[in-house]
Amino acid sequence: MTQARATEDRRKARTGVDRFRRPPGPGLFLETTIRWVCFAAAAVSILTTLGIVFVLVKEAYLFFRQVSPLEFFTGTRWAPLFQPRSFGVIPLIVGTLMITVGAGLIAIPLGTLVGLYLSEYASLKVRAVVKPALEILAGIPTVVYGYFGVFFVTPLLRVFFPSVEVFNVASGAIVVGIMILPLVSSLCEDALSAVPRSLREGAYALGATKFEVGWRTVFPAALSGIMASFVLALSRAIGETMAVTLAAGMSPKLTFNPAESIQTMTAYIVQISRGDTPAGTVEYQTIFAVGVTLFAFTMAMNIVAIRLVKRFRQVYS
Amino acid sequence: MSIERYRKRVTARGVKDLLFTNLCFVATLIGIVLLAVLLYSVFRDGSQRLSWDFLNSFPSRFPEKAGIKSALFGSLWVVVLTGAIAVPTGIAAAIYLEEFQRRRTWLTELIQVNISNLAGVPSIVYGLLGLAVFVRWMALDRSVISGALTMALLILPMLITVSQEALKAVPDSYREGSLALGATQWQTIYRQVLPAALPGILTGVILSLSRALGETAPLILIGAVSFVRFVPEGLGSSFTVLPIQIFNWTSQPQKGFQEAAAAGIIVLLVVLLSLNATAIYLRHRASRHA
Repeated sequence: MTQARATEDRRKARTGVDRFRRPPGPGLFLETTIRWVCFAAAAVSILTTLGIVFVLVKEAYLFFRQVSPLEFFTGTRWAPLFQPRSFGVIPLIVGTLMITVGAGLIAIPLGTLVGLYLSEYASLKVRAVVKPALEILAGIPTVVYGYFGVFFVTPLLRVFFPSVEVFNVASGAIVVGIMILPLVSSLCEDALSAVPRSLREGAYALGATKFEVGWRTVFPAALSGIMASFVLALSRAIGETMAVTLAAGMSPKLTFNPAESIQTMTAYIVQISRGDTPAGTVEYQTIFAVGVTLFAFTMAMNIVAIRLVKRFRQVYS
Repeated sequence: MSIERYRKRVTARGVKDLLFTNLCFVATLIGIVLLAVLLYSVFRDGSQRLSWDFLNSFPSRFPEKAGIKSALFGSLWVVVLTGAIAVPTGIAAAIYLEEFQRRRTWLTELIQVNISNLAGVPSIVYGLLGLAVFVRWMALDRSVISGALTMALLILPMLITVSQEALKAVPDSYREGSLALGATQWQTIYRQVLPAALPGILTGVILSLSRALGETAPLILIGAVSFVRFVPEGLGSSFTVLPIQIFNWTSQPQKGFQEAAAAGIIVLLVVLLSLNATAIYLRHRASRHA
């Protein structure tokens, strides 16, 4: 493609004719207008990013004029609504990370195995059943997972562990884990399927079993793609809102006990937004300060994932 | 190595192979079972509550009288408006990136990277954007149009990516044939490329609108209120949507509201699954014709 393009460019420079564009004529005005309209549409995405960054930074700046960043990022008590106020974001971050780690512990091993199964083992018939089922699982709205957490997972947990609170980390982590499972499995499958057949055939020719081919040849070859799927799934878990708000609760305390209730960054934003908080107050600004923290976390992870995918593509295409 | 030891190793490797195959299979089975359990638990809780009255009543303080009429109409308003804003914009952006500007410049590269980054931004952050820009700055207030604009920004990255894929799949010979016959570039795009890419684009449109239908968090930030006893009357009307209604009922302590939430979920899932089925059918048809 690029070579054809280079030839084309040379021809264009010589003759002044672009194969893809007709010489100017009567319809030119319409053509140019449409081209600019389409450009404007594409530019909306840039404006969105700029808008997000501007809004978050501006409100967070107003917030940090009143509360020192040191208190915000190192404080261990989050009580923005009660006197004495305290703005330590650590409990929210710890709550979010506990959910994320828990969800990852469920979705990463399961999702990888499902991805391996789909790419290496499954017959066409099985794929025809499993793929749509996973797509449905991926398409279920997060609020439904929240319902499932509150009314199915938590009661089930309490049968086995009576000390579990009504809202708890474990239930939130489990439902988020189920939620991101299809993401891990489908991205893993894509990465594994992209590994050239010749690698598999080489391994089989040396007498490897299917397990050895899958686990010791194909899996390492697809590793950066697989890692990218993990990072993307975890970043989704960090930004997950409705399921954790419902299942994990609204009490921002610093705890590492999965049976207790916590509050995630996203759940805090929801809690404040449900009331009518006037603009300009500190409460209003806290959701942007928490939002910018959340945005930084997910952005960093997405950049890592995009890098990994790029590296993976360079190897195999 | 004696032949005995060799045989033993081969057997051990075979056993390992078999175990791993089963492990993968069981993992996949767990995924399917989880889906089944989830659907079952919702249907068990909510199926008795489903009735015409449930669809046609407004929310109420009394769980047995509560219904989803305002939520259904609110969702319809938001999804239709979101589509009206996002679909033309998304397709136009994809056309720019795939047709008008086929050569990669730093600008298109920037837009492309930006789109894949935006796709990873949590939906609640779009809510913060909508709250600050549409609700406050543009003073559109907590209205249907604020919600739709926010949702449109949320689904745009997905819409653009899918439309780009669909346009990429149209063979160059279509374009060259049309241009060779003297058509302008826009005539080529409009009469040849777009019709050929339509099934793919339509699939993307359906999938992104179903995403908009199921999203909750951004609309909570926009201020879609949960207790709405009227149907939206216009763009400036306040509103609620089905997922928010479900969220609200789920967070109520009474048993009656739990059933109402489950019934609401059934309605939501039925709509989403039929949308998904349509998308799968379209994709299937497109792949058969290609």
